[in-house]
Amino acid sequence: MTDNERHDFDVVVIGAGGAGLRAAIEAREMGARVALVCKSLLGKAHTVMAEGGIAAALGNVWPEDNWKVHFRDTMRGGKMLNNWRMAQIHALEAPDRVLELEEWGALFDRTADGRILQRDFGGHRYARLAHVGDRTGLEMIRALQHRAVAIGIDVFMECKIVRLLQDDSGQVNGAVGFWRESGEFVTFGAKAVVIATGGLGKAWKFTSNSWECTGDGMALALWAGADLIDMEAIQFHPTGMIWPTSARGLLVTEGVRGDGGVLKNRDGERFMFNYISPFFAAETADTIKEADQWYANKSDFRRPPELLPRDEVARAINSEVKAGRGSPHGGVFLDIASRRTPEEIRRLLPSMYHQFKQLADVDITASAMEVGPTCHYSMGGIRVDADTEATTVAGLYAAGEAAGGMHGSNRLGGNSLSDLVVFGRRAGMSAASRALEGSDAAKISQAQVADVERHAMSFFDNEGSENAYAVHQDLQDTMQDLVGIIRVESELLQAKEKLAELKIRAAGCVVAGGLRFNPGWHLTLDLEPMLAVSNCTTLSAIERRESRGGHTREDFPGFHVEFENINMITRLIDEKYVVAKEPKPQMPDELAKLFAEEAH
Amino acid sequence: MALDTEPATAPPPSPEPVVAPKDLVMRLWRGDASGGAFSEYRLPKQEGEVVLDVVHRIQATQAPDLAVRWNCKAGKCGSCSAEINGKPSLMCMTRISTLPAEEPITISPMRAFPVMRDLVTDVSYNFEVAKLIPAFKPRPRDADGLYRMAQVDIDRGQEFHKCIECFLCQNVCHVIRDHEENKPRYAGPRFFVRLAELEMHPLDTLDRRDYIRQNMGIGLCNITKCCTEVCPEEIHITDNAIIPLKERLVDAHYDPIAWLGRKLTGRPAPLPAAQAREFTGAAHAQAPAPLSVQSSRDPSAAAEPGPGV
Repeated sequence: MTDNERHDFDVVVIGAGGAGLRAAIEAREMGARVALVCKSLLGKAHTVMAEGGIAAALGNVWPEDNWKVHFRDTMRGGKMLNNWRMAQIHALEAPDRVLELEEWGALFDRTADGRILQRDFGGHRYARLAHVGDRTGLEMIRALQHRAVAIGIDVFMECKIVRLLQDDSGQVNGAVGFWRESGEFVTFGAKAVVIATGGLGKAWKFTSNSWECTGDGMALALWAGADLIDMEAIQFHPTGMIWPTSARGLLVTEGVRGDGGVLKNRDGERFMFNYISPFFAAETADTIKEADQWYANKSDFRRPPELLPRDEVARAINSEVKAGRGSPHGGVFLDIASRRTPEEIRRLLPSMYHQFKQLADVDITASAMEVGPTCHYSMGGIRVDADTEATTVAGLYAAGEAAGGMHGSNRLGGNSLSDLVVFGRRAGMSAASRALEGSDAAKISQAQVADVERHAMSFFDNEGSENAYAVHQDLQDTMQDLVGIIRVESELLQAKEKLAELKIRAAGCVVAGGLRFNPGWHLTLDLEPMLAVSNCTTLSAIERRESRGGHTREDFPGFHVEFENINMITRLIDEKYVVAKEPKPQMPDELAKLFAEEAH
Repeated sequence: MALDTEPATAPPPSPEPVVAPKDLVMRLWRGDASGGAFSEYRLPKQEGEVVLDVVHRIQATQAPDLAVRWNCKAGKCGSCSAEINGKPSLMCMTRISTLPAEEPITISPMRAFPVMRDLVTDVSYNFEVAKLIPAFKPRPRDADGLYRMAQVDIDRGQEFHKCIECFLCQNVCHVIRDHEENKPRYAGPRFFVRLAELEMHPLDTLDRRDYIRQNMGIGLCNITKCCTEVCPEEIHITDNAIIPLKERLVDAHYDPIAWLGRKLTGRPAPLPAAQAREFTGAAHAQAPAPLSVQSSRDPSAAAEPGPGV
């Protein structure tokens, strides 16, 4: 069973979205032999779904913008839970990464004088998002994909990694997976492994995430002994489609609001003015008149409340619906039709226009969209060193959504694409440095490989009638209902119990059919990471007895001083999840000063 | 797209499909490289569903090992290409309510690519072609470290960049659809778009024209526009990418006076023998293809409302 296909590389990158591609490119350019392993075809990763843009303080539209303002916006958006050093690196390096994408062929929309145009987004003080209409992620992944192909990176497509491999000292030295097409196993030996597998949204029922987002990398790292950080921080994007039901959760870009769209309740009221929290009151317009003047004059007017950070807007929508002021299908109205001409809407938001026309038969140039919150992004993830993206396990690095810390308890729109390339590059660099310094080829334990294979194959021998699709559906219901946008201890404890039951059921899943391209089997093996990360989220959510960013506790509203400097760390020790509260890194005085001298 | 072909309140989902007039009847091709056949599945209709939703319900309740490739279910990744009632389309963007209600819905894998299993095909040909495209080579940046490009100069390139690599254009291109032997010397519409995007990129400095003529087989394309008709992103593949590309090649290769003459008379550039006709609309014995691609070329079919058309 263990005489399977074997490949040895200096660096193995798992995941081929923005972070994985950027890591692979960097490692390859440093001279390392690199394998890029991905669950889907190249270019299909969840990054393609990113719409609104990539945040970078280029200062093309507002020369007043600079990295310090971006840093400050990011930290405040994350409710100060961010790893300050990551937020600093991100703000400093994002402009170079955007220009680099352009050098690799990306065609961003232009200003009148031919530079990269930037658009407004929630939580960003200035128009900061480089973009291509509303399909920026596609542009980015293609530029990276073409670059990866041009420099000859070996890509292993439709290959699912099941477990990492470690030597006697615990250093990661490879990974085992299988080809989805054939079901045959494959072993990768590596001197360093980069995890760039993205998020975990598929554990929730209503999500903007693609099927791949099953928390694979976070779970692989956890199983290898790595720390996860702040797993309770899940972003519910305020504007997902809510109708038709089959399209529920599909993302409606924040660019709609950045370009002037407003949120209204059943009575036509711009309700966001009723939900300006004290934390943002000083910088948010409190009248419609002021809000509408801000788009053209950011110096003299304050930001419209529709452009508050995502956690604030999502909670507001949730409250409106609960109060009975929602739209017919249980959301609210997002109106751009009355704010922009049909030509402008089609030019600025072509893919939204298309999506609503085709899936809901709604013309967004003529009528409002119905929207509501959808599970979108995991701020939490694998704990990494800010500068090197090294995890707490030797030989293992992580970047992108799979890594945590950068966004604190809430991510600003546009900061994800920039995160991918800033930290993808750094992870690739660190992994290559490690690999090129160490000369020994990986000594793979055949016993470990055999164990993984035996486990993965065991589902074919199970007896009974348990079905992976049913378990997945129940998991999604559990997380949606009990660990959703508003949380309370009694429900979180219920979720914990349900997850324990689901784990037993998942282990008993019976796989019908053969090894070749068998989605039932693939889902069975995706359930394991989904359950692992769901546990981490639930347990961290129980422990963080306050509300902060993407974690809202009905029983503990508002920030609590006990938690403001605390990261929630989850680990697996002797098969048991352990949650630890650890102090977050403290930012140096010269950066702390940025928050004292309030702009407005 | 009308929604009123469905009942106002959809019947609740039921694990045991009951045969009722309003049930959906789905015929899905199942098998692998060694052969296969259509299997029929019945299940209750639900409001607002797309074809991919129904395929997922079949997986969850009747055929857990049914192979289908998909990712985003939002028309953005181009993974779930298939032939729906013979028409090459994305499963995630084809609403059930746009298909004839009285007939079974037939789904087969893309025909131009070898079947892996069920609805999943081996599209590796495309990834091999991608490696042959001479890469983007930009001019140096301006003195201040920036590039400047006018929006009007990149509009066309941005149209090409909308491509989601669903490979439906490759699938319907008759140069390769039933002619495996042409694949080694033919890049196909997706990659003519890619080449056009590079050739028209304001920053690019590489001249690929000889390479395209000699290695990419563009001469085999005789602009029947089948690719344009199926593009879910509505890229004008033929008019905006292939024809201008052909003109550039002619420009580089032939007598400029003759080229000018063609421009003035409005005739297209010289093309090789028109092979297209021999493939058009023909029924092929080769499985799996219940209907040929003819519906996408048939003027009456083209008038039907459909996704991306």
